[in-house]
Amino acid sequence: MSEPWEEEGPGTIKKFMYVNRKPPYGTIYALESLEVVLIAAAFEQDVSMAFLDDGVYQLKKGQDTKGIGQKNFSPTYRALEGYDVEKLYVEAESLAERGLSEDDLLVPVEVMSREALAELMNEQDVILSF
Amino acid sequence: MSMLHTVNKSPFERNTLVSCLGHATAGSAILLIEDGVYGALEGTAHSDLLRGALAEHSVYVLGPDLNARGMTDAQVIEGVSVVDYGGFVDLTEKHEKVQAWL
Repeated sequence: MSEPWEEEGPGTIKKFMYVNRKPPYGTIYALESLEVVLIAAAFEQDVSMAFLDDGVYQLKKGQDTKGIGQKNFSPTYRALEGYDVEKLYVEAESLAERGLSEDDLLVPVEVMSREALAELMNEQDVILSF
Repeated sequence: MSMLHTVNKSPFERNTLVSCLGHATAGSAILLIEDGVYGALEGTAHSDLLRGALAEHSVYVLGPDLNARGMTDAQVIEGVSVVDYGGFVDLTEKHEKVQAWL
C-alpha cells in the first residue's frame, strides 16, 4: 500500500546540496545540518554535502568531546553512506588555509578546487546553507 | 592592572582575535576557547598573527576544546600553553578582570 505522499507516483528527483561552513561544537549548525541531511535522505533525492571554510573542521579525525560534555557526532559522517548520502565534497583551498590535508579527514571525500565546487553549486536545484 | 582576554570565535570566520589583539595592552593574557582554539594552531593562514602576539602576551588555549575538535597539544603554536578547566579558573583568579571577546 502506498503512503499518502507517494500517491502521485514517482516525483522529480532534485539535486540538493548542503553547504557546511561552520566548525563543530561552537555552534549548533554542524549538528543541525547532519540532522536535516538524514531526514532529507528518506525522500530519495539526489543529496550531496559540501564542506568549505571552517566547515572542513567538521570532518577532522580524532574528535574527542569527553572534556566538553557534548556528544561527539563525528562518527555520523561515516554512517551517511548507509543512507545513500555518498557525495561529500571538500574544498581544497579551505583545507590548505587550515594546514589540513585529505589524510586528516575521518571519511572518504572528494577534494576539489573552489572553482570546481562553484560549478557544482551552479548545477544544484536547491542549496541549503549551514 | 592585568586583564585576561578570552576569544571564542574562529579567526577564519570573525575578526574577533584580530580585534582582541589590537586592544590587549602589553602584559595582558589571552585565552582561546571554543571555536577560538583554531587560532592557536600551527600551520594555518592565521598562525603568524598569534605568533606575533606571543612577544607581548602570555597566550593560553583550552585543552578540552582542542581535543573535542580533533586537535592535540602537538599542533599548538610553540609558546602557547594548553590549560584545562582548572587552569582556566586559575587564570581568572590571577587576573583582576576578564574581557570576553565574543
